Amino acid sequence: MTQLALVIDLNVCVGCHACVTSCKEWNTSGWAGPMSDFHPYDADPSGTFFNRVQTFEIGEFPNTETVHFPKSCLHCEEPPCVPVCPTGASYKREDNGVVLVDYDKCIGCKYCSWACPYGARELDSRQKVMKKCTLCIDRITDQSLPEAERKPACVLACPTSARLFGDVHDPDSEVSVAIRERGGYQLMPEWGTSPANHYLPRRKTRIRIHEDELVRADNPLDKEAIDLPEEQGETLDDVAW
Amino acid sequence: MHPAFSVIFLTTLIGAAQGLFLALVTGQVYSLAKLLEAQDNLRFYALGSALALVLLVAGLIASFFHLGHPERAWRSAAQWRTSWLSREVIALPLFMLLVALYGLIHYEGWTQPLFSIRGVVDVDASLIVGVVGALVAFLLYVCTAMIYASLRFLQEWHSPLTVLNFVFFGLASGFTLAAAFTAWIGVHLVGFYGAWAVVFTLLAVFTRLASLYRNARIKQKSSLQTAIGVRHTTVRQKAQGFIGGSFNTREFFHGRGESALKWIRRGFLLLVFVAPVALLGVAWYLHSAWLPLLAFVSQYLGLLLERYYFFTEARHPQNLYYQSMY
Repeated sequence: MTQLALVIDLNVCVGCHACVTSCKEWNTSGWAGPMSDFHPYDADPSGTFFNRVQTFEIGEFPNTETVHFPKSCLHCEEPPCVPVCPTGASYKREDNGVVLVDYDKCIGCKYCSWACPYGARELDSRQKVMKKCTLCIDRITDQSLPEAERKPACVLACPTSARLFGDVHDPDSEVSVAIRERGGYQLMPEWGTSPANHYLPRRKTRIRIHEDELVRADNPLDKEAIDLPEEQGETLDDVAW
Repeated sequence: MHPAFSVIFLTTLIGAAQGLFLALVTGQVYSLAKLLEAQDNLRFYALGSALALVLLVAGLIASFFHLGHPERAWRSAAQWRTSWLSREVIALPLFMLLVALYGLIHYEGWTQPLFSIRGVVDVDASLIVGVVGALVAFLLYVCTAMIYASLRFLQEWHSPLTVLNFVFFGLASGFTLAAAFTAWIGVHLVGFYGAWAVVFTLLAVFTRLASLYRNARIKQKSSLQTAIGVRHTTVRQKAQGFIGGSFNTREFFHGRGESALKWIRRGFLLLVFVAPVALLGVAWYLHSAWLPLLAFVSQYLGLLLERYYFFTEARHPQNLYYQSMY
């Protein structure tokens, strides 16, 4: 069975919020919209977003590291938000595993948001229904779009390609390979929700160089300085070829 | 969690109504067993059922304020296979119907025995409806409580103590209300209901103190480390992704300080447990008509505080993502 998901590479994310704005732009005017804003240019702005980028500082100064952390619905394989819904408005699509909300059935009781440990769901203050990331279901299933554009808006917008999109159940997909080979992990694994979205950790690229690899032991320039126990004769370096 | 007043009123009002109905049925069963004197149908059972029904309707109205789309509320009965909320939505109207029917049977006086069990126990229509209603009342307690207790990552709620608390608090307030009601209309059952109210209140003290003790020592399974998946002892949030508030910062934070919570806790412990027991004791001694009523008012106000505190106790794991308000 197909399980579409995002894989987000924290090693590459620079925290530019391009995914946040492109998500809002696409979805507020699309199938899942509107994503209402209140006082957007005023003192106390508030609004509905499917995707947020948060920033965390790891470690104590001076050994600190900044991690930008994009956060959206993880499209869990065992979604705790779906069975609690009293109306059946929350559902997981059989064909591709995307967790969606039927706005026409939602009564706005907020129970699903209580049941999501990740805080991925937001009640739209104007439409009074629960909203969340749809993985741009209207883009990815739109057969009239060219193949390359059948991806979520956030994935297409990311300038550093930190966001990968694909089927995590297909072992040879780009996302499965990334999870397997680059240490992909799930958030809050302790709850058994089995999120489909994965994160790739920060990675350090280091080469190990030993001291003797930097100093040439038989450097002819140092020949006099090296006190050898017995005459070595000509070394290979002394030979003029 | 942010306390939702609609839900606080719903759970306390229907809890008391269920308790009151159970008290009426208990009274009927006792009088059937000749342990209590038989009561006047119209004044006692019909009026008592009407009172329970008023509380249930008030609770139902309060619950509608919780919904974004109350006009679609009928849809919420659909997922009873998986959702405790859906089960409650079915159990509540069913219970209201049975209470109304019970009241109507007594009001119309359709209490001629239908059949007799071994010639000793005369079974009439009101007894059948009463016993079925009592079962549904307990079912409704369980449904209401399981809405909270079934959320496994709200560890403070995810405990059998939550169910016991809802049952005992409902029974205590319902039997206190029954004592107040009987005292007010001048029926000689104040001592009977008052005694049961004290018993249920003491049971509730025990389970509520147990849950307070449990919640004070609970070890949270989630941490900022598991929330973002970084293995380091020091992780600090620098930005939550937006300025101002969002649904996430409004719905899951109660915004009360430690000292305010301490006073709320003391307040409900006093109003729910100490004051009603003392008032019922004095009322029994003085044969007062209005002291049991005062006991119920105290206990009900205390239960509002208790339910408020119940919400503030639950620490939602999503709050880990909103540690810094920038």
